[in-house]
Amino acid sequence: MTKMTDLQTPFMPNWCPGCGNMPLWLAFKNAAVKQGWDNTNTAVVAGIGCHGHLVNFTKLTAFEGLHGRALPAATGIKIANNSLNVFVFTGDGDCFGEGGNHFIHACRRNHNLTVILHDNGLYALTTGQSSPITPHDAKTKSTPFGNPDEPFNPLVMAIASGATFVARAYASNMAQLTELMIKANQHNGFSFIDVLQPCETFNKQFTHPFFQENTYYLEESYDPTNREIALTRAREFDLKKIPLGIFYEEKKPAYEDQLGYLNGEILYKHGTQKRDMSSLFAKYI
Amino acid sequence: MKQKNVFKIKIAGQAGQGIKSAGLLLAKFASRSGYFIYNYIEYPSLIRGGHNVMQINISDKVIRGPSRHTDFLIALNQESVNKHKNEFDECGYVLFDSDDHVNTEKLPSCVKLLPVPLGKLANEAGGKDLLSNTVALGVVAAMMSGSIETLKTLVKEEFGDKKTEVLESNYKALDLGYNFALENFAEIAKGIFKLSAVNGPKKMVINGDEAAALGAISAGLQFAAIYPMSPISNILHTLAQHQMEYGYVYKQPEDEISAINMAIGASFAGARSMTATSGGGFCLMTEGYGLAGITETPLVIVEGMRGGPATGLPTWSSQGDLQFILHAHQDEFPRIVLSAGDVEDAFYMTMEAFYIADKYQTPVVVLLDKNICDDEESVPVFDISAYRIDRGKFVAQHQESYKRYALAEDGISPRSIPGVGNFFISNSDEHDEIGFSSEEIDNRIAQMNKRMSKLETCAKNDMPEPVIYGPKDAELTIVSWGSSKGSILQALKNTTNVNYLHIGWMNPFPSEFVSSIIKNAKRTTIMECNYTGQLCNLILEKTGIEIKNKKLKFDGRPFYVEEVLEHIDELLEGETK
Repeated sequence: MTKMTDLQTPFMPNWCPGCGNMPLWLAFKNAAVKQGWDNTNTAVVAGIGCHGHLVNFTKLTAFEGLHGRALPAATGIKIANNSLNVFVFTGDGDCFGEGGNHFIHACRRNHNLTVILHDNGLYALTTGQSSPITPHDAKTKSTPFGNPDEPFNPLVMAIASGATFVARAYASNMAQLTELMIKANQHNGFSFIDVLQPCETFNKQFTHPFFQENTYYLEESYDPTNREIALTRAREFDLKKIPLGIFYEEKKPAYEDQLGYLNGEILYKHGTQKRDMSSLFAKYI
Repeated sequence: MKQKNVFKIKIAGQAGQGIKSAGLLLAKFASRSGYFIYNYIEYPSLIRGGHNVMQINISDKVIRGPSRHTDFLIALNQESVNKHKNEFDECGYVLFDSDDHVNTEKLPSCVKLLPVPLGKLANEAGGKDLLSNTVALGVVAAMMSGSIETLKTLVKEEFGDKKTEVLESNYKALDLGYNFALENFAEIAKGIFKLSAVNGPKKMVINGDEAAALGAISAGLQFAAIYPMSPISNILHTLAQHQMEYGYVYKQPEDEISAINMAIGASFAGARSMTATSGGGFCLMTEGYGLAGITETPLVIVEGMRGGPATGLPTWSSQGDLQFILHAHQDEFPRIVLSAGDVEDAFYMTMEAFYIADKYQTPVVVLLDKNICDDEESVPVFDISAYRIDRGKFVAQHQESYKRYALAEDGISPRSIPGVGNFFISNSDEHDEIGFSSEEIDNRIAQMNKRMSKLETCAKNDMPEPVIYGPKDAELTIVSWGSSKGSILQALKNTTNVNYLHIGWMNPFPSEFVSSIIKNAKRTTIMECNYTGQLCNLILEKTGIEIKNKKLKFDGRPFYVEEVLEHIDELLEGETK
């Protein structure tokens, strides 16, 4: 059993008042308490950006690596210990700017990871430049005359690249986000949640009222197993009518399921005995 | 100066003509017959059509380096005759296809011609042109009085899992070549080096890439992420092939950045991990290099040098990355840098690197160069009996008040892994003893001191003294590193008053030892394959001594034995031998 106090460190969040990271973090802790995620079964990986600070406020063993490189590190962790729940917290600049190449390949290989995108539509820790998610024409510190570039659609990118669980949430709907995090974790394969969140300090467009007014939930009859429909619905991002919920779910073996020769044994415990090399050496005689 | 007791066979032709496999077969043939070999290979960065060369040096004594000269040329096309016509050591032999209209007029007049209908015999054996070099091997076996049965056994091992017809036609090609030589070249073969059966201990014929891979498997490797790149791709081919048998994971990542970060992640989670690359790939890895340093994650990186910069000379040799590996990444962290001098080093140093990486919880680089990566040597069968898998200060159980980065005299904190109940953060931000981000002055100083002190601990406890080869009281001391070792040691066999200081540990560096050797040497010279004298500069930095005599080479080729001898002759003019 994980209690809320078990997750507490000596440090309190240093995010700005109203920051979307706050409800996202609380939703995650709620999910951890519900599911019993603790230091015997879970590892947290974070990128660099405002989101990455959460490793300091969440008492779960963590790896905070390089900007953009959370996914490769998480991939190595999951392969080394497939019994761990591995959560990747990443930002939109972290994941799609510096880390874009890793994202498409991690989706393609269907590693059994739960990836949570802190999507505030710009670079916050470096004080407000455009990110690959910043809308066309938006004014930021690096695009004072309006952003000339078109943004990525994270969901389309994830589905097209082969992710097998793809969802979108709004950070302040904590109940839904908690539920999505649990489902994403339970999914066997690459799970991705695009969490829309405001940056109160630098993003004057994507505010709490904006998300509350312009988002809606996918209808109950929606079938998330159809890839073509999922892509169509994922493209409905016109800033006026933004759908939330699980867009796509596919059952197929995760990368780690294909390492059958390990017989389910955890890799880091495998081969710790000295190996008999004689037959391999003999091949070179 | 001609090398004693060394027979040098060169096989040359187009890429795709099977030159590498023929050369390896010939080398194994000599090795099985009790002789020592050194295989030197040259090839361009393409798959078909370019000029490929493999030189097999054979001797009854240990042989270590490539030579410029040849005794016996197997020329599979006209270009091979044209390109290598001036490489004969005194007078040699040229074997060529007598039906191929090969023009041999420009060859030195004393060269003995061995026209053989290679293509015709290959067709007769039931194969296409690809069997031409098998016919040629039969000719060579006969002329060297080798055992055709030994050769056939090797062919069988090579093609064991292929169809019987393939094996039969290979046997036939060997026989046809063998018998042709017995009938036509009995007289001319009298002057040729003979493979009279010698009984010696079994030897492996193996290159440095394969040796490094086998070293990693022997050391208990659990995870490797390696992106393909010349000249280290054979490491990943070897690792990929044997993962199921030995129960480790080789993963091909999307790029070198991913490779090093995956390996760091796996190591953080407890797996013995490695990556490998060449200089260009290492450029992409440099941020991960420092990440392993500050997070104190054990990591083995094998770096096989080739000519640069950028794409440079992809399939050619260089020793140009030493200073890069020693300085790559912003700010400072403890890096341990080892440099292999030959195939045996590639094996044993890679094993040692895993031990050192776990013990000091920091990245360890094993530097190879293209010649070590690609060239086969005959070496005693690797002996791992003394090796112990030791993970260092590894906490695999829950521990009360656990501190990942606890301050320690020797610089080494207890290392734990996720999933065993110990909370910590492996943090790329500067951090406190638990791993929480911290920008406090006292903490920064304490953590920097702790990390950097690992190098002193390592120098004291694990760094061996460099080796000096040759007479103690020499007229000339050669200093070098990497694969130059082979040609230098081979050259030393022809001298009595020259010795060689080989440096294998670059960081930490054996400053006192090197300083005292150079100070006490009568004369010193340094030989390196780079433009600026990178080891020379490192020695200057560490000891304050500048070695003034330098023989530097940066044409993509290694030092040949002959060049070392010429350099010795220049320096010891008139007083040599």
